[in-house]
Amino acid sequence: MNIHEYQAKQIFAKYGVPIPKGKMIEKAEDAIDAAREIGGNIWVVKAQIHAGGRGKGGGVKLARSLDEVEKYASEIVGMTLVTHQTGPAGKLAKKVYIEGGVDIKKELYLGMVLDRAKELPVMMASTEGGVEIEKVAAETPERIIKVEIDPLTGFQGYHARELAFGLNLSKEQIKEFGKFAKALYKVYTLNDASLVEINPLVLTADDKFIALDAKMGFDDNALFRHKDIAEMRDLDEEDPAEIEAGNYGLSYVKLDGNVGCMVNGAGLAMSTMDIIKLEGGEPANFLDVGGKASASTVAKGFEIILKDPNVKAILVNIFGGIVRCDRIANGILEATETTRVEVPIVVRLDGTNAKEAIEIIRKSSLTNIISATDLGDAARKVVKAAKGV
Amino acid sequence: MSILVNKSSRVIVQGFTGKEGTFHAEQCIAYGTNVVGGVTPGKGGQTHLGRPVFNTVKEAVKATEADTSLILVPPAFAADAVIEAAASGIKVIVCITEGIPTRDVIIAKKFTGNHDVTLIGPNCPGIITADEAKVGIMPGFVFKKGKVGLISKSGTLTYEMANQVVLAGLGISTAIGIGGDPIIGSTIIDLLKLFEKDKKTEAIVIIGEIGGDMEIQAAEYIKENITKPVVAFIAGSTAPKGKRMGHAGAIIAGSKGTAQEKMDALVKAGVTVVDSPADVGIKVKKVLNK
Repeated sequence: MNIHEYQAKQIFAKYGVPIPKGKMIEKAEDAIDAAREIGGNIWVVKAQIHAGGRGKGGGVKLARSLDEVEKYASEIVGMTLVTHQTGPAGKLAKKVYIEGGVDIKKELYLGMVLDRAKELPVMMASTEGGVEIEKVAAETPERIIKVEIDPLTGFQGYHARELAFGLNLSKEQIKEFGKFAKALYKVYTLNDASLVEINPLVLTADDKFIALDAKMGFDDNALFRHKDIAEMRDLDEEDPAEIEAGNYGLSYVKLDGNVGCMVNGAGLAMSTMDIIKLEGGEPANFLDVGGKASASTVAKGFEIILKDPNVKAILVNIFGGIVRCDRIANGILEATETTRVEVPIVVRLDGTNAKEAIEIIRKSSLTNIISATDLGDAARKVVKAAKGV
Repeated sequence: MSILVNKSSRVIVQGFTGKEGTFHAEQCIAYGTNVVGGVTPGKGGQTHLGRPVFNTVKEAVKATEADTSLILVPPAFAADAVIEAAASGIKVIVCITEGIPTRDVIIAKKFTGNHDVTLIGPNCPGIITADEAKVGIMPGFVFKKGKVGLISKSGTLTYEMANQVVLAGLGISTAIGIGGDPIIGSTIIDLLKLFEKDKKTEAIVIIGEIGGDMEIQAAEYIKENITKPVVAFIAGSTAPKGKRMGHAGAIIAGSKGTAQEKMDALVKAGVTVVDSPADVGIKVKKVLNK
């Protein structure tokens, strides 16, 4: 799960990570009051969307008067931002964060993420703040300093020193940086984050460190023990079909093709998409109905797949282990009648009670159901059906 | 022979009396697994499925000489269960539980690393040594005895692939589902080492997927250390970037962890990489007939 910048900054503040004064608003007419409350004579007006590259997309503006604050806020509320991370459709900004200006001496980068290969969280710093860190990593990897942190011993002084010396900080700055980095470690670890990123981390004219931006992602598996963070979820940022699928314990990802698929198990579901492509079709979705597929999950699966008007045929691929295929076959017949599936359905059932299941499908009076024997046969049949041949 | 579990493995089930624990323990017993007891805190002294229930793993190990544990407890308690098993002298821990926080898995794995124990999972179907022992949740009948070792990140895809291997006229020595989480206990390399030494295994199948770089590390290892033929399939060639595909670990981060990059590394290492998930069985047969 990801959250907005203003929410990440609320968490930062709780753990003593310095942030500029700021306020989130949803109506442009509240902008001037917010700016007055923040004080000063320069403000930054920022669109709140779950994507990077907001500045280039026109979603971050520097305001030098209260009038400008209001002007920019009204431009941004309701604006559809297109950045390198939003995709071509862009994302609608519904919230704006207004923040006091900061006297910047230097822009740095500081982040924390799980390193899967090392099986530990790593903290990363770079002198190249304010630019895409992926670009720095690709072009000048020597400018990124990384320290691995063992959760059993936690954040130590040497972690901070390795990063600080790597950033060429002065003696006084090193002490300040150490406090900042330690607080950031707490933000990451105590909230079960999967990512914390500050880009840029700003060194101010008076040698203080302050988080000018804030990005956070969380381990979904740990949300059960962070109710406060789970409440920060913004459903507007997610695909409605994916949310609905999730509510029924299904895992769904929409794609651009026209062959719908419904499969039990994530690995088999990905493989089903892959083989559809190999046979000359284009998968319309990923859909894992889970290890305990039943008649009702199958019905829900059809409903979600058919919300996509591009779908011309559906492949149901179930390998029954604990799940009995004959039950799934009956579920498919029921679901096809109740949800009125009009596109052809290719059904491949294998594993426990597969023979009985195939017999059930064969005997059914539904004309749009095609039985397949194995994965290859199923893929060929569904690609053909989607092409209308 | 075979690897990790066999007829003489003495298995306990943590979470024994729960719904999942009961169902799968019954299935394991029916398969012929030597289930010697189980653990459910607060239910020690009872008998369940004809086996003794203990309050702690320590007591269970003392009374039954258990050496293997199958963990079927909810995600919030699973890391604790893994650490308890390792601390109590269990040698093979199979953690089925899906949805354990990554921070807990990192800590549990670090702990098991300091003990003489093999951790399989979490978020996996477990281990099966055909006709000997099933310590997991897979449908046993699919895994007919044979000479092919199987290592997989997935559940149902493991069953599909084992079925293909069997239909090709071969069979399975041991199949291990290593799990689909970002951090897991035993890696592909850990298991390759065991299969290389196992006299009953003549070929190895690796079923990988997008996310992380475990398959790439395995490719480098295979090149230098594995003499048996290896056949691999990587799921997720068509998966979009940045989207989690069901498994917590199945995500292409930036441009890293794609199926293509893994397949390229494996091909370079001399592995027979199969493009179609329908062709794994026949490809294994081919490499064995060479």
